[in-house]
Amino acid sequence: MNRTGLTAMQLALALLAGGAALLGLGFGFSSFGTAPLLTLYFALGAASLVRLALPFSLWFDGALMLFGAVALILALPAEGAMPAHFWWALVASWAFAWLFVERLSAAIRQGQLPETGTGLVIPIIFGLALLVAWEVITRGANVPPVLLPPPSAIWARMTAEVPTLWADFVQTFIKSVLPGYAMGCLAGLIVAIAVDRSPFLKAGVMPIGNFMSALPIIGIAPIMVMWFGFDWQSKAAVVVAMTFFPMLVNTVAGLNAASAIERDLMHTYAANYWQTLMKLRLPAAGPFIFNALKINSTLALIGAIVAEFFGTPIVGMGFRISTGVGRLAIDLVWAEIAVAAVAGSAFYGVIALIERGVTFWHPSVRGGRT
Amino acid sequence: MTTVVSAQNLGLTFPTGDGDIVALSDVNLTIEKGDFVSFIGPSGCGKTTFLRTIADLEKPTSGSLTVNGLSPEEARRNRAYGYVFQAAALYPWRTIEKNIALPLEIMGHSAQEQAERIKRTMELVNLSGFEKKYPWQLSGGMQQRASIARALSFDADLLLMDEPFGALDEIVRDHLNSELLKLWARTEKTICFVTHSIPEAVYLSTRIVVMSPRPGRVTDIIESTLPKERPLDIRETPEFLAIAARVREGLRAGHSYDEGNQ
Repeated sequence: MNRTGLTAMQLALALLAGGAALLGLGFGFSSFGTAPLLTLYFALGAASLVRLALPFSLWFDGALMLFGAVALILALPAEGAMPAHFWWALVASWAFAWLFVERLSAAIRQGQLPETGTGLVIPIIFGLALLVAWEVITRGANVPPVLLPPPSAIWARMTAEVPTLWADFVQTFIKSVLPGYAMGCLAGLIVAIAVDRSPFLKAGVMPIGNFMSALPIIGIAPIMVMWFGFDWQSKAAVVVAMTFFPMLVNTVAGLNAASAIERDLMHTYAANYWQTLMKLRLPAAGPFIFNALKINSTLALIGAIVAEFFGTPIVGMGFRISTGVGRLAIDLVWAEIAVAAVAGSAFYGVIALIERGVTFWHPSVRGGRT
Repeated sequence: MTTVVSAQNLGLTFPTGDGDIVALSDVNLTIEKGDFVSFIGPSGCGKTTFLRTIADLEKPTSGSLTVNGLSPEEARRNRAYGYVFQAAALYPWRTIEKNIALPLEIMGHSAQEQAERIKRTMELVNLSGFEKKYPWQLSGGMQQRASIARALSFDADLLLMDEPFGALDEIVRDHLNSELLKLWARTEKTICFVTHSIPEAVYLSTRIVVMSPRPGRVTDIIESTLPKERPLDIRETPEFLAIAARVREGLRAGHSYDEGNQ
């Protein structure tokens, strides 16, 4: 800490931000009129160097970060690469963003700001900063859209193609992923209980399960298409094959999670097998089962999309991605990827929320000791 | 007097890769209805194994053992005893009242009867008001009370307790000991209590079974001369100290204080 109220790291970032703005102002002096907003930003950014003598609030850094991003995106030329001195605006804006997040998290740590709400601001800023940098670099450096389209083009394509994207989502997620996931997880759970009960099955099924998990999805997908046809049934079958094994292994491990004393207790009550299973072993296996459900939620989506590469009706996320690449409609591919990422995260999030509700008692959820 | 537990020439040997371990050898003991019997001795003397054998959690390898005149397995199937373990072993996904209801659910009691028994046993262990709490929200002493309530809820006449207060600090332990005596007087149950604390054994018991290790065996059985009504300060009376001295003597006679037995 010093007179400016900043740490060495923050001070370096402040100098970088102010310095970059000053350079931008200098190099862009000749083209004053072309981008008045950006010039104003450079001027304000350079003026921020007075903080060396006169400390100011972290919210100024936040405002400068936001102003810089908006001014830069508005100033981007519609065609061709942007003038060289615009890069200084990107550097300055990035440095202001970093500085703002640094100071914000420090303020939260020291208890000057409440944790709820502000804690969410940091990842949002991080994500937006990434998008802005992506936009500015692809458009500013004139990157061919076939290599990487700017987020604005992807967004435009998404809004224009809502019916197509929705149809693909229904085909892949609602028709293939959900039924396949439900069947695969349920089958894994039931087989795990059977395996746990019978030593013969344990010796016989577990190696086969191991073998199944080692099967490459690329290999089984075309076979499933031959067996179950082009429509969603073959994709659901691939998802079943992918989700079955994680559930089997986790549940078998989870059924042994109850402690010796907890089992002895059931024995002293002369409880039968099913009572012990329902009242002790399955609840104790809960954290393991939810672990498998979470792993499977992302595996299922990957499986369904990849399976669609090997023959589908003319709808589905995987189909759209594979044909989109072929037709060089890369923005549509990215739009599908965005939909898949959002759907996958939401699916995972829902399972994680249910987990918190069901295994609330587990130390990892309630944050306590055993 | 009815005999609750009767052991004749009871022996139990655990085979291990390193040779057999004789956990119990030639144990002869009769426990009458209403007795409070403590088992005391150093670790490895077989006191817990004996309790587990009564509970049919271990099978004897020689001799005979009856519980209520039946084999331990039949007695277990008749739900003849409640068992309190060293750890409370409450299921963390159940509230305290649901934990106490667990044996009642398994034994098929009606919902109304479950509610009555939960209320009664929670009062008995002074835990009323904590019905809706989860085990991990309670202190160790309260958890162990809940586990005693769970063992009492289905009204078995025999209560087997394996160092139930071993993990608690001395102040909580003193308090729970005096409560256990009151509970015993009120319910007139037969209690088998494993401990490694001499004052605890003398304070609680009508009979003290002194055991020693290698092989696990009974070296002395001491009838307590203390009155049934026992305030905590009875532990400073000469009578109490005399019994404690006899227990210590019994332990010494079994070489429990020798080097290598510690």
